[in-house]
Amino acid sequence: MANANATFAALSDPTRREVFQRLQSGGRSVGEIARDLPVSRPAVSQHLKVLKDAGLVTDRAEGTRRIYCIDPHGLAAIRAWLDQFWGVALAAYAEEVERGEREQCQERDERQEETR
Amino acid sequence: MNRTINIAPVRTHVRVAAPRERAFEVFTAGIGRWWPKSHHIGAADLDTLVIEPRACGRWYERDVDGSECEVGKVLVWDPPARLVLCWQLTPEWKYDPDLITEVEVQFIAEGANATRVELEHRNLERMGPRADAMRQQIDGPQGWSGLLELYAQSAVQAYEGRVSHE
Repeated sequence: MANANATFAALSDPTRREVFQRLQSGGRSVGEIARDLPVSRPAVSQHLKVLKDAGLVTDRAEGTRRIYCIDPHGLAAIRAWLDQFWGVALAAYAEEVERGEREQCQERDERQEETR
Repeated sequence: MNRTINIAPVRTHVRVAAPRERAFEVFTAGIGRWWPKSHHIGAADLDTLVIEPRACGRWYERDVDGSECEVGKVLVWDPPARLVLCWQLTPEWKYDPDLITEVEVQFIAEGANATRVELEHRNLERMGPRADAMRQQIDGPQGWSGLLELYAQSAVQAYEGRVSHE
């Protein structure tokens, strides 16, 4: 669960999602990513580090620059997405089970009231 | 160069204040009542989801226009303890008969009126080759933008759901 939570946390920050989306069209350097975002280069670097630790992006050296890309197999992101999907779905499922249980209890109470 | 990528299954769980028979029934027969309406395959709006109550049964969605779209199949039907479903949707949320990932759901009694529901979605590495195709659709509503949009909409709910059910 630790990894899933790290991925979840990594994508839960709006700026980090922006950074991640900037890599959709291919690898970019920190400077290129920072250029069209209202955040500083060090802040972008920090976001990239979190994304990298979460397995969402990889980096490689290209001359003197470091190029960041979305993980070549994209699996970590798919996994993160399914993880959040099942989180939402199971929360809704639990609510539905408990709603049904409450209704049954109410019906039981009402029947008991009637027989009294 | 071929590399085998392994990816950890998605594992999550909830506790519900209901006996396991009831928990199993709501998960299967009642799936149309709790499945997120935003997540569906067909072009028309989602009416309901159906899990046929038997091994090899169909798992499909029915849309408001009456059309049906496959999600997958029932691999193991063992009420009220265990259910294994075959999830055959690609990351683009399209049915692919050649893609087989498994969703195992276990219902563990933790008292007369408490059930722990454990879900594991595995074989996710089989989605790998399709992930590349997905990235081609850069700005499409089915691509990353749409996916992340969906993610952004539900992240808070998911988090709150976890906190309240953990």
